[in-house]
Amino acid sequence: MTLAKRIIPCLDCENGRVVKGVQFVDIRDAGDPVEIAKRYCDQGADEITFLDITASHEGRQTTIDTVRDIAGQVFIPLTVGGGIRTLQDIRDMLNAGADKVAINTSAVYNPDFVREAADKFGSQCIVVAIDAKKVSGEGEPDKWEIFTHGGRNPTGLDAVEWAKKMVANGAGEILLTSMDRDGTKDGFDLALNRAISEAVSVPLIASGGVGNLQHLVEGITEGKADAVLAASIFHFGEYSIPEAKEYMAGKGIVVR
Amino acid sequence: MNRVAVIDYGMGNLHSVAKAVEHVGDNLQVSVTADEKTMLNADRIIFPGVGAMRDCMGEIKRLGIDDMLRRLVEDRPVFGICVGMQALMQHSEENGGVDCIGLFEGNVVRFPKDMVGEDGDHLKVPHMGWNEVKQTGTHPMWNNIEDNSRFYFVHSYFVTPTSHDDVVGESAYPETFTAALAKKNVFAVQFHPEKSQTVGLQLYKNFLEWDGCV
Repeated sequence: MTLAKRIIPCLDCENGRVVKGVQFVDIRDAGDPVEIAKRYCDQGADEITFLDITASHEGRQTTIDTVRDIAGQVFIPLTVGGGIRTLQDIRDMLNAGADKVAINTSAVYNPDFVREAADKFGSQCIVVAIDAKKVSGEGEPDKWEIFTHGGRNPTGLDAVEWAKKMVANGAGEILLTSMDRDGTKDGFDLALNRAISEAVSVPLIASGGVGNLQHLVEGITEGKADAVLAASIFHFGEYSIPEAKEYMAGKGIVVR
Repeated sequence: MNRVAVIDYGMGNLHSVAKAVEHVGDNLQVSVTADEKTMLNADRIIFPGVGAMRDCMGEIKRLGIDDMLRRLVEDRPVFGICVGMQALMQHSEENGGVDCIGLFEGNVVRFPKDMVGEDGDHLKVPHMGWNEVKQTGTHPMWNNIEDNSRFYFVHSYFVTPTSHDDVVGESAYPETFTAALAKKNVFAVQFHPEKSQTVGLQLYKNFLEWDGCV
């Protein structure tokens, strides 16, 4: 009996539609979130992540109705992120059927929010989303910094130290996105994932840069991630979830 | 009419449970409730739970759900889920120690730090994701569910029942731990059937057909 590594398709949403930004700027429409979530669930996705990518920037709440619609039709875990700022926001999402919430910007502005949220709802439903960008130069030791607002705003926070602090505050899982790789299809930033996975006690979801199935494998074997998240390779039909699982299983990774 | 009460003590995500039950049953009335009369009128009780044990037990006691459950288990099937299962034990070490309802003898403890998996990698806590459940006892709730099926877990604490006779399902992370308990009218699981897709829905289907007292 071994815990399986998870494959998590991510629905980046804006105005109730699934979109996927290339480096968070050039956005393409990939359809209805409820239909897509249901399709992924039927295909054997291990979880669904729903991110309202513009919520933080424009002060928009993630659409509770969409979350409720998804939760009513998919019977696998659903994580919701984007615009989670208050305990009431979390309660609203859990009541709508979300299993976990991803906190990003609010955690940076108020690290105690993560502690309050974990105390109130339990660490198991508090995911801290970290958007990190490499700031070290050639020949220097690796260093990554936290960015907010879709990668626009630097914070001066060291990504590894920040991840450790968030876990100490009660984060139950880390969703780590490399801003350098997001949308590039060049694969995960494996050094970043490994540095954070080995520094924290909670599960790590690798995100940002998946372009093929070997990237998923590397995220787990080299990046030491517990789960791998991808959007466009699944949304645009380049690969299906069963293909991804078969490939990973062939490389010796335990999947469901 | 099959009346199912999902006990609501304000700790999140009960609608997922209700929706999963509604998805698999016909001629159902599913109530998410803490109302005494509704619970007493129900044919079946689901006792879910999410969150920190101190807050859960605080609400359970404030609403009198502990006493109500002791009464309900006498004459109808009760299905405990995740923290609901843990709350049925005598004591949890979460939040510095919390006394629980005590329908099962035994305690709730945390996964140890520094666990190492087969590949030598550090195992993370919470134990989160899809793990196999070995059916260690026969039970009508396991009908049409293949042995060693994968269910979705998310928890940092697990139950340690005093009597192995109460154990009907086990998983491992990396050491074996209790994933399902059963005694008389109570069946309880550590995982989330409402998040375990087909096999989870089958478990709810079995619950709707189970009349208790094996």
